[in-house]
Amino acid sequence: MIEARSLTKRFGAIEAVREVSFVAPDGEITGLLGANGAGKSTTLRMLYGVLKPDGGAAHVDGIDVRGESSAARARLGVLAHATGLYGNLTARENVEYFGALLGVPRAELRVRISALARELELEEFLGQRAKGLSQGQRIKVALARALVHSPPNLVLDEPTNGLDVMAIRSLRELLRRLKSEGHCILFSSHVMGEVAALCDRVVIIGHGRVLAEGSVQSIRDRGGTTSLEEAFLQVLEPRAETDSWTGLE
Amino acid sequence: MIGKLGIVFVKEFIENLRDRRTILSALLLGPLFGPLLFGAMVSRGLHQSVSESDEVLEITVSGAERAPNLTHYLESQGLKLKLAPLSESAAREDVRQGTRTLVLIVPEDYAPRFRAGEPAPLELVSDSSDSQTRRGAERLRALLSAYGSGIAQQRLQVRGLSPLLAVPVAVNEIDVTTPSGRAIVVLGFMTYFILFAMLMGGLYLAIDATAGERERGSLEALLALPVARGALVGGKILATCAYMALSLAINLTAFVVVFRFVPLEQFGMSANLGLMTALEFFAICLPFVPLGAALMTLVASFTRSYREAQTYLTSVLLIPTLPIAFASIYSLKTRSSLMLIPSLSQHLLMTSVLKDEPLAARDVAVSALSALTLAALLIVATARHWRRESMLR
Repeated sequence: MIEARSLTKRFGAIEAVREVSFVAPDGEITGLLGANGAGKSTTLRMLYGVLKPDGGAAHVDGIDVRGESSAARARLGVLAHATGLYGNLTARENVEYFGALLGVPRAELRVRISALARELELEEFLGQRAKGLSQGQRIKVALARALVHSPPNLVLDEPTNGLDVMAIRSLRELLRRLKSEGHCILFSSHVMGEVAALCDRVVIIGHGRVLAEGSVQSIRDRGGTTSLEEAFLQVLEPRAETDSWTGLE
Repeated sequence: MIGKLGIVFVKEFIENLRDRRTILSALLLGPLFGPLLFGAMVSRGLHQSVSESDEVLEITVSGAERAPNLTHYLESQGLKLKLAPLSESAAREDVRQGTRTLVLIVPEDYAPRFRAGEPAPLELVSDSSDSQTRRGAERLRALLSAYGSGIAQQRLQVRGLSPLLAVPVAVNEIDVTTPSGRAIVVLGFMTYFILFAMLMGGLYLAIDATAGERERGSLEALLALPVARGALVGGKILATCAYMALSLAINLTAFVVVFRFVPLEQFGMSANLGLMTALEFFAICLPFVPLGAALMTLVASFTRSYREAQTYLTSVLLIPTLPIAFASIYSLKTRSSLMLIPSLSQHLLMTSVLKDEPLAARDVAVSALSALTLAALLIVATARHWRRESMLR
């Protein structure tokens, strides 16, 4: 379970995130939805502990994420916005490196990587240097890297960026499977269709604030419409954000 | 923490071993550049200074018929004379143009004045800005003055005076330079080549592990791990150290090999560049390794991209030259207080070894400790910087 409690972050005079609170429960997929620059990445970065909040706190399974070796971080798998790999290491070595740093025992690591390779369909390029991989293959490796220690919680920052339709579909299947295994999954997106197709809960962020939060159904009800897209617009319209809304794909 | 540091170290070490650019610059060009250039420079320099006196010096003489004796003397001293009647202005022009290098003009009043026992004029036209001609002119001047004093002695004898009257003082020059001391002049810059090769060895790894990590987009995922930043920084700096030490070892080996083929002894110079010296050099330079690694990692940590890091680190490569250049300008001798200055202390200690001077244990210890203390401070500073969230921006 991932919890944001009144998270606030300022960069100089700009308040990027203001009092953001929400809960992403276990066994559910929570979508963080908002336009580019709305504060999604900043919020996620505070949740996985690379940015220090100016106010509020972030908890993973009830543990504060602050502190560079916090136990909360070990319970978290992270797919950051930039999914960079080490080009001169093979796909397997990239995953192994993070596994070793996370303290996964060697024997266990081997078993775990074979399992992930099967699940994420990266067996055929597991031994290849990462610099020769396609964008889709890279994201799969980055995903394996995030899951190498079997974390109960998973945070993904715009994971479908740069993926083709087939890769998006297999990513969705994977996330659904992880959800059914009881994982807590939180991902950000600016694409409504993606959130509607996958999420149990939605947190809509605009101008660094939570504009709406709840199940997909409750958001629909609030907008008084059956279409999630309509509901989003209802939530966003009063704040005149429709111009900058890039999610109408 | 130590375990994670080790994991980072192994990964950085292996990853860079697979990078062709790193290998080329860190373990090949960097360490071999110095010894090869040096070997070429030294053997050429020695060749020049030795062969100079045997070389045939060619000069143009105008009005040779007015001074047959002098002409004969110069020829007997191995000079090749080209006779050409030239006016002074024509001679000037030719030398300026470079068509002639040295012109000796015997003016019309040379013979009458010579016969009268008055100073007989000679004009020597040369371009002193050209080092080749300058050496020729010096040789010609020395020959002319030797000829002059020979004539003077003959004149005194003819008049019944002792030629010794014309030699009021006799100077005996005693040069205390030892053979290896003489070699120092030639080997003066070798120490910088060694420090340079060492820094080059770690340069690309320091960039790759910091700015490279950021540019590649792998930094954020790494920083999200429950790993102390100190362990990350420590592993990266340690890997940089390993490459620097490797490069240093290759560099010193190359120097030993090159100097086996440069015949310094033949020219009355001895440079102690055997295996023992190389090992001593290695020990003297080793404390500088973590200092250089920490400095490069810290500087590269502030940069956004590979290119930017390269620009800044090129200046870092020049930092160790400053104290060495300062030392050569003011010709500083080994002093205990100077052992506190890294790079200068390594330079002075290595120079002492080359000169066959005994090393003071205290100097070696102060040199090592000052470098290591500064290294520790820089490592702490780097780890602190990595703890800041501005690392991600």
